Amino acid sequence: MSTITETSPAAAETSAAPEQQWHRPTYWPFVLPALIVVLAVIVFPWLFTIWMSFNEWKVGSPTTFVGFANYLRLPNDPRFVEAVGHTIVYTALSVILPLIFGTLAAVVFHQRFAGRGFLRGVFIMPMMATPVAIALVWTMMFHPQLGVLNYLLSLVGLPPQLWVFNPATVIPSLVLVETWQWTPLVMLIVLGGLAAIPTEPYESAEIDGAGFWQMFRYITLPLIMPFLFIAGMIRMIDAVKSFDIIFAITQGGPGSASETINLYLYSVAFVYYDLGYGSAIAVVFFLLIVLLAAVLLYLRKRMLWTEIGGGA
Amino acid sequence: MTDHQISRRQLLAGTAAAGALSLTGFPARADIDWKKYNGTKLEVILAKGPRGDNLQKYIKEFTALTGIQVESEQIPEQQQRQKCVIELASGKPSFDVVHLSYHVQKRQFEKGGWLADISGYLKDPNFTPPDLVESDFSAAGQQYAKNDKGQMLSLPWSVDYFILYYNKELFQKKGVEVPKTLDEMVVAAEKLTDPKEGTFGFVGRGLRNANMAMWTNFYLNYGGEFLDSKGNILTDGPEAIEATKLYQRLLTKSAPPGVAGFNWMESMASFTQGRSAMWIDADGWAPPLEDPTASRVVGKVGYTLVPAGPKGAFSSTYGDGIGIAAASKNKEAAYLLCQWVVSRTQAARLLQAGGGVPFRNSIVNDPEVAKGVKTQEWLKSVVDSAKISKLGLPVIIPVAEFRDIVGAALTATLSGADPATELKKAHEQFRPILERSEKA
Repeated sequence: MSTITETSPAAAETSAAPEQQWHRPTYWPFVLPALIVVLAVIVFPWLFTIWMSFNEWKVGSPTTFVGFANYLRLPNDPRFVEAVGHTIVYTALSVILPLIFGTLAAVVFHQRFAGRGFLRGVFIMPMMATPVAIALVWTMMFHPQLGVLNYLLSLVGLPPQLWVFNPATVIPSLVLVETWQWTPLVMLIVLGGLAAIPTEPYESAEIDGAGFWQMFRYITLPLIMPFLFIAGMIRMIDAVKSFDIIFAITQGGPGSASETINLYLYSVAFVYYDLGYGSAIAVVFFLLIVLLAAVLLYLRKRMLWTEIGGGA
Repeated sequence: MTDHQISRRQLLAGTAAAGALSLTGFPARADIDWKKYNGTKLEVILAKGPRGDNLQKYIKEFTALTGIQVESEQIPEQQQRQKCVIELASGKPSFDVVHLSYHVQKRQFEKGGWLADISGYLKDPNFTPPDLVESDFSAAGQQYAKNDKGQMLSLPWSVDYFILYYNKELFQKKGVEVPKTLDEMVVAAEKLTDPKEGTFGFVGRGLRNANMAMWTNFYLNYGGEFLDSKGNILTDGPEAIEATKLYQRLLTKSAPPGVAGFNWMESMASFTQGRSAMWIDADGWAPPLEDPTASRVVGKVGYTLVPAGPKGAFSSTYGDGIGIAAASKNKEAAYLLCQWVVSRTQAARLLQAGGGVPFRNSIVNDPEVAKGVKTQEWLKSVVDSAKISKLGLPVIIPVAEFRDIVGAALTATLSGADPATELKKAHEQFRPILERSEKA
């Protein structure tokens, strides 16, 4: 330690001279590593994917440039069209349900009651588990004969369900898992929002005779709206690209009833080894996510400035 | 035919042994210079399963014999296939020896030129013991291992025949005879189904893609062929519609609920719990069915042939092989390993453990080897299936797409869709894919 302090003034003097000559690019050494990383792991793969999408490229065969042919296949590919539909339904449900339940949970956990800290901890536990492990546990729970869910239904006198084994109920069943896992995230975000709300509006509302629902609707909800948008956007991006839970539970089945764009993309690129077509799907998929995120961001901005005048 | 081949092979073996003895005074084994590649290191990539286990369990014997160090890893089947394809396509695979699934990868590997031609080694007494000859592999094995030019690109390792497993206790209870034809099977399955007791007549794969392996057995028995002489796919013809109707009826009327999501694992669970009376699947499941810690039907399982159809009696057949990467720098050492993997000792061990059935006729038909097999009824079903074996999937490049698309159509019929319409729709989707991949 002491040797460093003794030699450091001398070192500083010697290094100061060339630094002055090299005046202009001083910031470059700091930017460069990040720039290289971004170019290598984000920009380059993207450009390469776009380039691949213009080629007929099957693993083991030579590549040929085909222009937009891969993109033209998309609208005529019934599996892709279906996958888009599944993705929209799956995403919509897995954004809306956690938002509703998460907000309710946040309102509950915002109250003061005994054991609140402990229960909050318990409530966020699903979020901490590995999705694939969760998926395997749920697969067993969904089992029509041996699963615990049908047993629970039988306790309250309901007939057994086929859950993920029936094309009609597979997406709602998967959304159940997604909701169970990600409601706590929404709860945490909204809880942060609730903590930031001042108490005065509630006091004045109480004096004016507002009920619980009115206070929630006209005070709480508008004030936590920016947080809900953040939560919604995070959920949306996660849900639209959800892969692990669906793959581990159904692999897109039964048939292709739960095949989302992401699962189809995986099959095309890594099971059928059709890299060109897979890349075209990836590009379209990416544009879709960007579009959705842009819409949400735009809505959030409007909300911020019109309704609460720049909170959050 | 088979007998003739065996005797000729035995004669050959005898002559070689005698020659070696008289000329050199050493046993026949000395023909192969086992230690020639002493110190070489080989990398092997295996699909997870009993075949890989069988290799890893005894690999020390190979190293003791040859001095060749073998590093092997077992990866779950799906991932192993992907890893192999990606590495082989890169031209610099990290392995010398590869375990491949013929029914999925044959055409793809041939087209990529990824495997080394081993025909020369197989004929060379410096590399191959005299009992290992091409003609000892069953017809399906030779068909799988050879390319269009007749070159051997791998050694056939283990074959899967589809057989019928049945629960003898449930059959006795309901007084039902073991079915010999598909029609009898449907009737039997419906008689054996008793939802009140939670028992069902039949269980089998309903899951998309996996279900194709069972369905094709019905299709073959209805007289179906996969491709015409021009390579067009035929699996939406009248035989396919009949096979699908049978599939639909079996899995909707006499199978456990949720069967649309069942692969072999779920089917096996239902069968080992004694909940299903019949199960058609690959022949490798005798060990778990007869394992008292995992099964409630130990000693009650019958093993027999897949019931015959109106126009055929076949056992749909799938298989694994072991080959050498064309890019490997240690081909000779790698070949020594490959031939050891399918050698008499190793193949007999595989059969006796119930982990797989060797492609080699001389081993499957050997009474000495048979003595070591735990479940004789199982062995008989396998030996009989070998006689009616027929490849269970078309030999095309886009096998995975074929299984996914047609398999999804089959699964759809389980929720009430019309077989003819679904098959037609699936083939409209599949044909352009097939054309694109075969012409490329």
